[in-house]
Amino acid sequence: MTRLKRNFKRIWQDFYLVIIMLFLYAPIATMIVLSFNNSKSRSQWGGFTLEWYSQMFASRNIVSALQNTLAIAFLSALIATILGTAAAVAINSMKRVPRTVLIGLGNIPMLNAEIVTGISMMLTFIAFGVTMGFKTILIGHITFNLPYVLLSVMPKLKQTSKYTYEAALDLGASPLRAFFKVVFPDILPGVLSGFLLSFTMSLDDFIITHFTKGAGVNTLSTLIYSEVRRGIKPSMYALSTVIFVSVLILLFISNLSPKKQEKN
Amino acid sequence: MNKKILAGPYLVWMIGFVIIPLALIVYYGLTDRSGAFTMANVLSITKPEHIKALMLSLALSFISTVICLLLAFPLSMILRNRGMGKGSFIVFLFILPMWMNFLLRTLAWQTLLEKNGVINGILTALGLPRQNLINTPGAIVLGMVYNFLPFMVLPIYNVLCKIDDNTVNAARDLGAGFWQTLIHIWIPLSLPGIISGITMVFVPALTTFVISNLLGGSKILLIGNVIEQEFMKSSNWNLGSGLSLVLMVFILISMALIAKYDKNGEGSTF
Amino acid sequence: MSQPLIDLVHISKTYDGTMVLDDLNLSVKENEFVTLLGPSGCGKTTTLRIIGGFETPDTGKVIFGGTDISKLPPNKRQLNTVFQKYALFTHMNIADNIAFGLKIKGKSKAYIDDKIKYALKLVNLEGYEKRTVDSLSGGQQQRIAIARAIVNEPKVLLLDEPLGALDLKLRQDMQYELIRLKNELGITFIYVTHDQEEALTMSDTIVVMNQGYIQQTGTPEQIYNEPENAFVADFIGESNIVPGIMLRDELVEIFGAKFACVDKGFGTNKPVDVVIRPEDIDLVEPEKGVLTGVCTHLIFKGVHYEMEVTTPDGFEWLVHSTDMCPVGKEVGIHVDPFDIQIMNKPASEDEEAVGTNE
Repeated sequence: MTRLKRNFKRIWQDFYLVIIMLFLYAPIATMIVLSFNNSKSRSQWGGFTLEWYSQMFASRNIVSALQNTLAIAFLSALIATILGTAAAVAINSMKRVPRTVLIGLGNIPMLNAEIVTGISMMLTFIAFGVTMGFKTILIGHITFNLPYVLLSVMPKLKQTSKYTYEAALDLGASPLRAFFKVVFPDILPGVLSGFLLSFTMSLDDFIITHFTKGAGVNTLSTLIYSEVRRGIKPSMYALSTVIFVSVLILLFISNLSPKKQEKN
Repeated sequence: MNKKILAGPYLVWMIGFVIIPLALIVYYGLTDRSGAFTMANVLSITKPEHIKALMLSLALSFISTVICLLLAFPLSMILRNRGMGKGSFIVFLFILPMWMNFLLRTLAWQTLLEKNGVINGILTALGLPRQNLINTPGAIVLGMVYNFLPFMVLPIYNVLCKIDDNTVNAARDLGAGFWQTLIHIWIPLSLPGIISGITMVFVPALTTFVISNLLGGSKILLIGNVIEQEFMKSSNWNLGSGLSLVLMVFILISMALIAKYDKNGEGSTF
Repeated sequence: MSQPLIDLVHISKTYDGTMVLDDLNLSVKENEFVTLLGPSGCGKTTTLRIIGGFETPDTGKVIFGGTDISKLPPNKRQLNTVFQKYALFTHMNIADNIAFGLKIKGKSKAYIDDKIKYALKLVNLEGYEKRTVDSLSGGQQQRIAIARAIVNEPKVLLLDEPLGALDLKLRQDMQYELIRLKNELGITFIYVTHDQEEALTMSDTIVVMNQGYIQQTGTPEQIYNEPENAFVADFIGESNIVPGIMLRDELVEIFGAKFACVDKGFGTNKPVDVVIRPEDIDLVEPEKGVLTGVCTHLIFKGVHYEMEVTTPDGFEWLVHSTDMCPVGKEVGIHVDPFDIQIMNKPASEDEEAVGTNE
């Protein structure tokens, strides 16, 4: 291939990358711009303002939804990580059939349509007379987070040699001590990424929350949904911008940390 | 022996919050309000308004999946052939929107497409007539493609990265040109990624009610909207469960098809 | 072996500012088994990839049968490659792998089937048509990779460390197999390896490379017996490389002792490097030796004993011999004149980079 032809190909590829990038980021960029726009019109620039941000932080609804979202994300990720890691350790030592069954069980909520998972849980809570609210959302989030923890921890467990664990036992450590001193440090990156994945999934969730929340309880997602249906307020753009920047920071941290470990 | 007890809490949890709930859907879907067995809920899918919603869902999610695939494959090829590592910033940028709140992404398109939205604002400023963009099937497809594109890119990109350069070079060495290499090497070897991308786009697109609600207005109903309304507005759980069962059958059929294709693809792979 | 089939003319290649090949010239004759030999990073694989069309040289030309093919993509070149780790198509069975190139060229089914049979027979894997790639051992995959390349009847077969992933025994078997294949096919082989034994066993011509430069080109005997510089001497087999002074033709002084040799034309009182292979050193009674030293090290290696003899100047001579000399014993060193190889010392720093750096 001649150099000219190759340059042409490269330019064409760059063009394609830029087009897709524009498609992905133009809407987000628009929202960020509008969050600083001192005009309620969406097509006119009315000067720079932080009014929508102050309005956002003054809104009790938004602040309480934010608190709920963070609390649910943290708690559901924490509980799912503990239960999931324990299960992964157990599954790793099992024979093929029980192992397949338990992993398959985890695949159900991951592969099933979220709407079905959501309504099925809602039916269960109502059938067993559980009042829906913060707790039921938390249960829902733990349920869809569990498979992701399994998915992150299992491969790390497979990589760890069982001989190091046996060596620790041989050197006189109790099984519990051997696990925490020898196995756990090896799978820690998987456990952490499971936690972060769960945390982000929970932050992002709308559908499960929509069906498992009671009246009066909102996360940011459900709040946005109800607000948007009444017509978009500029404070929603401010909220979007804040969430976008937070997710960006969170991802940067989680993307950077495993690399550092590899280098060491 | 001791270790296996650790799976206990997980097992109890999954039975309590996955198996029992699914069993309840089956129960409600196959009974009427008095608790007697009936197929009426499931068969109500044949009602014109329901079948119309289902067909529209199938059509729109199919179109969206195809568009996602057509956009994602060249994109993944370019990213891979540029030798951008998995941790590279550019690849990160293409995956990033996946982690943005789903509702906000859809909200963003609403802002752009609305009657008084950004695109029409620009058109007016240029002296062009306003376009009716929102509340059309096209807007829903756009929303689906935008939301689910990263789910197609990620698995395809990952599987392309695993293909050894020399395998491709060997095909070139044996005389294959660009298109022959694409058809005989790139596509068959990336089939597992393509299949998993298709699942990850098709299932959420088929069952969505949020995108259709925000970008399709109240006039365009997808099967997801019908089910959601039965539960949240009409409180007709039996009917809603019956339709959910139908929906699950469609998901299972598409997964079975995909699994079969995957086996064919992988059958010769392994 | 007649006219040159491939000519590399003034080839240079830089990766990210690092010079990989610097003004390389190489000529390969028809029906020759040429081996590019050198340590990793010496540019041998890059040279092969340039011939195959997978890399474009920054400057220079690749001439194939009289025409410049530098700008031709790999799929338009009349040569085929056997890749490192084989690069078989794992999504196809063995027959489809071998048929790939022929199908691309649109050959008839009968022709293709014939060719598959012929190729499988040639590599001793008859009846393997329907097997999957993963069900084959490394050695078998290697043979399929060769079969896949040769059914296209290339004029030249390029082999990129094809035996690197195999274990020792298999590697030795495959060496004979490759020689047999080459004789049966009567085509040119260009072979890349870092294994000197492989190179010595199979090649008609060995091209020793280091740091992007060709160090020496010659027959295996020439390369082994008459290394042109310290790098070649050191890389091919074990050797004692000592500084010496060429007193006059056929006489060299090493550590103050005068050795008779057969080299001429170096001038008088000229500093040189002297190469003596360990198996060429005879240990004799101290009074009969040109140099004397004390045996300081002894290992039994099976075929021979490996010994170290330290001379008063502190140099440790490596000696291979079937006669044992116990540690601590004083011995004399004797070398036959034709076993002494004299090399010019690198004259400038530039030449040193070409010559002796590793």
